Amino acid sequence: MRGNPEAHELVAPGTLSGVLSMLANEPGKWTPIAGGTELMVAHAAGRLSARCLVSLWGIRDMRFIRAEPDSIAVGAGSTFSDLRNHQAISAEFPLLAKAASWIGSVANQSRATLGGNLANGSPAADSSPALLAYDAQLELISARGTRRVPYAEFHTGYKHNVMAADELLYAVHLPRRFGQHRQYLRKVGTRRAMAISKVALAGCALVEQGTVREIRIGAASIAAYPTRLYRTEDSISGQVLAPETLRAARVSALSEVQPIDDIRSTAEYRRIVIANLLEEFLRSLTGAGGQQ
Amino acid sequence: MNPSWPSINLRVNGEHHSLNLPPMKRLLDVLREDLHLTGTKEGCGEGECGSCSVRMDGELVNSCMVPVLQAQDACVETVEGLACDAELHPLQKAFLEFGGAQCGICTPGMLMAASHLLAHNPTPNIAEIRDGLAGNLCRCTGFIRIFDSVIATIASNAKSQQERNAR
Repeated sequence: MRGNPEAHELVAPGTLSGVLSMLANEPGKWTPIAGGTELMVAHAAGRLSARCLVSLWGIRDMRFIRAEPDSIAVGAGSTFSDLRNHQAISAEFPLLAKAASWIGSVANQSRATLGGNLANGSPAADSSPALLAYDAQLELISARGTRRVPYAEFHTGYKHNVMAADELLYAVHLPRRFGQHRQYLRKVGTRRAMAISKVALAGCALVEQGTVREIRIGAASIAAYPTRLYRTEDSISGQVLAPETLRAARVSALSEVQPIDDIRSTAEYRRIVIANLLEEFLRSLTGAGGQQ
Repeated sequence: MNPSWPSINLRVNGEHHSLNLPPMKRLLDVLREDLHLTGTKEGCGEGECGSCSVRMDGELVNSCMVPVLQAQDACVETVEGLACDAELHPLQKAFLEFGGAQCGICTPGMLMAASHLLAHNPTPNIAEIRDGLAGNLCRCTGFIRIFDSVIATIASNAKSQQERNAR
C-alpha cells in the first residue's frame, strides 16, 4: 500500500439528492466513487489524484433494474452481479449478461457498477460494446434535472465524456426491441477470467431473407474510447450477406479502427483480430444459428 | 482519536467493533492492523489476485478495494470465522487432506471464495467451481488440488446431509 488514506477525504451522504447537492455546491471538487474497483487500485498504488471523494455505494435510488413497457432501466449503481443474475437482462439483453459475467471475477462483479464502468471510460470497458450494439440511452442527473444522451455519443475522448461537473450517470435505458435480432459478442483477452480485453466486438443485426435490414457494431480497445463502427455498419446495411459484402465490411473495419500498441497487445494484432471477429459475426448471420 | 475521522461500526465474524478511522483506509488494512485479524492476506493490492477476499453483507469482495467507510454497518466474514471453535470448516479439512493449501498465501481467499460459492450453489459443477474461484490466484498448487478439495467438500456435505436425513 503506497497510498496514504489520511491524505484523502471520503464522505457518504447516503442519498442521491445529498450527493447531487454536494456536486452542485462545489462543482469539480468531489470525485464520485462507487464500488471502488478502479479508484482503489490507484489509491493502493499511491496515484489517486482525487483528494475529496463522495461515496455512491449503498445509495438505493441508484441500484435498480426496472422493466418498463419499451425499455429496461438499469440504475447506474447496479453491480455486474445484479446484471448477471437478472432474468430479464439474461433473456432480452444476453450480450450484457455475458459481458457482466466476464468482468473481473465474482469479487469484482459484486462491487463494480455499470455506471462506474461507463463513467470511468476505459477504451477496454467490458460493458460498452454490448451497450453500443443495443443502442442504449444514458440518463444523466444533476440538481438541475435530468437529460438523456445516446450512449454512442457519451464518450468524447480518452477518459472524457459529455457529463458536466455537477452531473452523475443515473441510469442506462435498454430499448426492448431486439427479440428478432441476431446478436454476437466476443472478447479476446489473455485468459478467460480477470483479463482486460485486447479487443472486443458486439453486434446486433436484423436480417430478412438474407438482407441486413439493421445493424449496429460496437467495439472496445480499438480507439481512445469504446465506439460504434459506423462506416462498417453502412457498408453492410441494406446489403445481401454475400461474400463481397463480407469482404467490403472487412476492408471498412480495417480502415475504421485506430488501435494502439500497449502492454496488452499491438495495434496490428488488434486490427486483424477485430476484422476476424467482424467476419465471424457476419458469417453467423448467414447461417440458421441464433446468438453466439 | 481524530475528530475529523468518522466512527465506523462493523460486525466482523459476529463481533461488533466501533473504530475511529480515516474513511479511505482499506478494509484489508483495518482487518489486519486494527483488528489484528491477519488471516486475510494482501497479494496484489489491486483486485487481481483474490488473496484478500472476505464476505461483506453476504457478497464476496476484495477487501483491498473497499474503503472502510463503505463497510459502515456491514457484516464482514473473514477466514477466522470459518472454523467453529476447535472444529475446522469442511472446506478447511478438505484443503488439508487434498493438498489445496501449500504456501498458504492464497488459502484464506480461496476458502472464502469457495465458501461463498457453496453458500449460493451447494453442488456446483467443475465449470462453476472454476468460475467461482477464477479471481483467486495460486502459484503453488496448479489449482487442481484446490478444485479437488472443493469437490471433496461437496461430496462430504452431501454425505452429512444424507446421514441427517436418515436420522
